[in-house]
Amino acid sequence: MLKSYINKKLDQKDILLMTHIVMGYPSFEDSMNIVEQMVEAGVDLMELQIPFSEPMADGPVILKANQKSLEKGSTVKKCFEFANKASKRFDIPFLFMSYANILHKFGMEKFSDQMAAMDIKGAIVPDIPPEEGKEYIRAMEKNKLCPIFIFSPETSDERMRYLSDNAKGFIYCVARKGVTGKETQFSHELDTYLKRCRKATDLPLAVGFGVKDKKDMNYLKGKADIAVIGSETIRIVDEKGVKATYDFICNLNK
Amino acid sequence: MKDRGYYGQYGGAFLPEILTTTFDELEAIFNSIKNDPCFWKEYKSLMSSYSCRPTPLTFAENLTDHFNGAKIYIKREDLNHTGAHKANNVMGQGLLVKKMGKKRVIAETGAGQHGVATATMAAKFGFDCTIYMGEVDVLRQRPNVFWMEQLGAEVISVKDGTRILKDAINEAFRDWVENMDTTHYVLGTACGPHPFPEMVTFFQSIIGQEARNQILEIEGKLPARVYACVGGGSNAMGLFSGFLNDPVELVGVEAGGKGLNSGKHASRLSSKDASCGIAQGYKTYFLQDSDGQMKETHSISAGLDYVGVSPILSKMHDMKEARFESATDDDVVKALRFTMQKEGIIPALESAHAFAFAFKEAGNLSKDDIIIINQSGRGDKDIFTVADAFDDPKWKQFIIEKALEYKKNA
Repeated sequence: MLKSYINKKLDQKDILLMTHIVMGYPSFEDSMNIVEQMVEAGVDLMELQIPFSEPMADGPVILKANQKSLEKGSTVKKCFEFANKASKRFDIPFLFMSYANILHKFGMEKFSDQMAAMDIKGAIVPDIPPEEGKEYIRAMEKNKLCPIFIFSPETSDERMRYLSDNAKGFIYCVARKGVTGKETQFSHELDTYLKRCRKATDLPLAVGFGVKDKKDMNYLKGKADIAVIGSETIRIVDEKGVKATYDFICNLNK
Repeated sequence: MKDRGYYGQYGGAFLPEILTTTFDELEAIFNSIKNDPCFWKEYKSLMSSYSCRPTPLTFAENLTDHFNGAKIYIKREDLNHTGAHKANNVMGQGLLVKKMGKKRVIAETGAGQHGVATATMAAKFGFDCTIYMGEVDVLRQRPNVFWMEQLGAEVISVKDGTRILKDAINEAFRDWVENMDTTHYVLGTACGPHPFPEMVTFFQSIIGQEARNQILEIEGKLPARVYACVGGGSNAMGLFSGFLNDPVELVGVEAGGKGLNSGKHASRLSSKDASCGIAQGYKTYFLQDSDGQMKETHSISAGLDYVGVSPILSKMHDMKEARFESATDDDVVKALRFTMQKEGIIPALESAHAFAFAFKEAGNLSKDDIIIINQSGRGDKDIFTVADAFDDPKWKQFIIEKALEYKKNA
């Protein structure tokens, strides 16, 4: 379902845009305003991160957002209420992003049932590789939700195929080593890597980590299907406020 | 990875995709050495020439007389180079780094002992070295920070989260996912993703092997019980490894902090406050809330102040293969003072947890029984914390005068 939405959208534009927010940062009210601004400006998909106290794969910007959100009293329950509201109000697919322990503690199957009930289409959980994710994959399957798996430049062709066999919806390709929110060199090397990704899977490719402006998006056209902007939108909110996200996304979508 | 490293339901390798290849390589190299007698010979020879292995097993005659029960022996890991059992693991991993051809090592540290050991290893083998340490621990273990820096390591003070050991581990992982081509992460305890729990235990098992041989040689029989403090669990796994197939009771002592009912402790296995979770790449008992967010922990000793615990110990806990207890900050300070006065031995605050609990039980055992306490490290590093705990007026006066002197010359 998610895959066909993406393919249909790709008939209308060269590359789709997925953005990321940490729910409850700077506050739940602001989070809802940010979603509204972004959807109105033409974002195609959104990742809603349930904050975790140990976000190992995240760089300083998203790490800080996780911590601040938790300090302000974010809970899984509040995040679910928020996600439910957002997905009812806005007509784009929403995904959850979080870490293994949040799902584990809630119960994988219960978590998946909740996602289905609020029409969240899938989940990105960077610390559940398929080898550790049998229960997770089964739970997602039960409700026809998409477990999104990740390719990295270090991933072998063989492993890409293994990951793809377990994935649904799309593949999240991290553009480089390291954590979220740092500079990425959009180079020949990235080209070769994305070609490898394309060959290994029939699923659409999303590219994230270090994608931050129009130039990066243009570069990815024809090489990937979805550009993922994560830390940069949080930076914009921090520096220029919630309203600035609208212009930022409009410029990207031009 | 051939194996996911499960101990009952605990362990595993919950890795971000970017590290998969690195862990495949690490597991392969570890598998290649773990059954190779030549490697173990090389390792033992290094530890006997660069460090002080075998470390002595000291009969604590005065403590034994005082408690009037079991004969008390102390395994002296404090006499290792750099003053703690940490060197055992670090030098072993250092040999692997040489085999892998990497040129840089990173490590987390709580008490600073693992950081100092890693910095010495890096100096000896010619590696670049970065140590991550929580800001709270940088303040309470300043002497170790000084030594790490003098040894040529860069010490990065981690200001995120609770600013202690777990946060230093997160930051070390963030460094590693960027630099794994050149860098090995020398994880300091028997935690984290497979193969770390097994690998760290493997190197630390030298403690238990020696202790078993030594006690059989001295006394001609096995101890009734062995005691070790448990932070991540590396010194405990090291000692316990020697007695897994013997009728010996294994006792792990966790940080009771201000008491198990105070909420201010780091007792994962001896309290009811922890539950099974997944973080920092592995599954084990964590001190966490009902959402799965990690809780703040407390201990007078930086080295035991950790939310998780070795998955191997979690399994031993569930299977009742070991008993887990706790000692409060107050009991620990008393035990430390008592050990110094009776035996002229200065245990680290971490190790003093094992002493404190063993002291509670020694008198109830018969004079025919033997116990071994693992002195995982020496207490010199704790001079600031211990001086505060003892509220020593002469030390305070010295610090005041020293500060004035620096100020005058600044």
